[in-house]
Amino acid sequence: MVLVPVSTVSTRNHPTDSWRIQRPTIQYDKCIRCMICWKYCPDNAIEIENGDESAPNERIAKMEYPVINYSFCKGCGICANECPEKCIDMEFEVIE
Amino acid sequence: MKSVTEFKTIMTGNDAVAYGAKLARVKFISAYPITPQTTIVEKLASMIANDELDAKYVEVESEHSALAAVFASELTGVRSYTATSSHGLLYMHEMLHWVSGQRLPIVMSVVNRAIGPPWNIWADQSDTINQRDTGWMQVYSESNQEAMDTIIMGYKIAENSEVMLPLMSMEDAFILSHTSEPVTLRDQDLINDYLPDLDLKFRIDIGNPMGYGSYDTPDGTFMELKKDMVDSMNKAVRVIKDETEKFNQMFDTNYGGLVERYRMDDADYALIAMGTVASTARFVVDKLREKGLNIGLIRIRYFRPFPYDDILEDLKNIKAAGVIDRSVSFGYAGATYSEIVSALYGKINIPVSSFIVGIGGRDVRVEDIEKIADTVRNESSGVYWINVKKVI
Ligand code: SF4
Ligand code: SF4
Repeated sequence: MVLVPVSTVSTRNHPTDSWRIQRPTIQYDKCIRCMICWKYCPDNAIEIENGDESAPNERIAKMEYPVINYSFCKGCGICANECPEKCIDMEFEVIE
Repeated sequence: MKSVTEFKTIMTGNDAVAYGAKLARVKFISAYPITPQTTIVEKLASMIANDELDAKYVEVESEHSALAAVFASELTGVRSYTATSSHGLLYMHEMLHWVSGQRLPIVMSVVNRAIGPPWNIWADQSDTINQRDTGWMQVYSESNQEAMDTIIMGYKIAENSEVMLPLMSMEDAFILSHTSEPVTLRDQDLINDYLPDLDLKFRIDIGNPMGYGSYDTPDGTFMELKKDMVDSMNKAVRVIKDETEKFNQMFDTNYGGLVERYRMDDADYALIAMGTVASTARFVVDKLREKGLNIGLIRIRYFRPFPYDDILEDLKNIKAAGVIDRSVSFGYAGATYSEIVSALYGKINIPVSSFIVGIGGRDVRVEDIEKIADTVRNESSGVYWINVKKVI
């Protein structure tokens, strides 16, 4: 048999957070839950969670909302760029 | 007893190759359909349209995508095929490495054509010689029949569990690709006996998800994977010889393994050629034999894996050899020449010359090969360009 480059180890075991220079933060009180950030994230690093209280209004609070998984977000800023409400801030990561 | 339905007909090299793919029961074909593409995929597309071939045909936007599509389909365990030529092959360069590195036994036909500038669509092997180091096996055919049979043998060799490397099957542009010759269409049942269905052990299986070619580190297995490709290429030498012999027995053919010898038994001098130039060289060998010169011909079929052992064996009693290349490495000589010289180094010390012929489809005439034989007989060594005009 030959040696074939297939791997059975999930990439979930390989966090890429250390690659990030800038960190996106969603301001949930402005976020309208359009999920455009979720669609655009090239790393599938934005996940969907059920309703949240810190929303602009009660109706939106019942909707699903985006949560960034910082273990895999590489900080590319695409989500911030695409967000129609401009409610994703990009800030430099600081080592404390 | 099976009824054998072989029949002889007349067809171009491109049609012969398309029938080769059909006989090999390819299930997926992808191609970029404009120049430098050839009538190979046109023929296959019409076979599918006429329900003569049960395969999926996907048109894509570039040769890079064509090989990417074939890469993906082969990875699902489906025997896949594509064809290209010259600049199209160069555009595939990155994917060539992905296919071999992923160990996918894809067979691809390449019509050998010149690379510009200036634009030129005629016979020249520079396009595939450029892909020497991509991990593909390379076969150069001399007739339309051989081009057809090589597709079938190609899958059998590539899919061998010890090999698992892709194979490029070449025909010289126009001389084979667009020229009609008598070709025997093989019996499908016999081909089915010779070539079983593809059973790709590591195919994509949604019940057992795996990462393909994902990521590896200097301390991982990257280096070992590359070495394994070289080991498999070396093991392919035996597999090629065995499978060619099996094919010869089943179909009453007489293909050499990695090389084919003509009047070499008592030869003092040898010509070495690859592709259709060998046909003219064979004619010249006969002509010179009549004049009493003991000369023979070695036709290289497989450029990768290179037939180092065969060459050493064949040249051990030879006084001088001439290597004829229809390609050139700028800054050195012909590609086959440098392989031959490195095969001989430290073992057989004879003069070997490099002859560059037929670049950009320039005709390679009997008188050109006679001139080459003359130089070889004078036991000189050097790099010679044959039939070149004075331009300034
Ligand atoms: S910064 Fe880039 S990687 Fe991170 S969540 Fe936004 S789009 Fe995804
Ligand atoms: S794109 Fe902006 S507004 Fe839309 S869901 Fe994402 S963060 Fe909220």
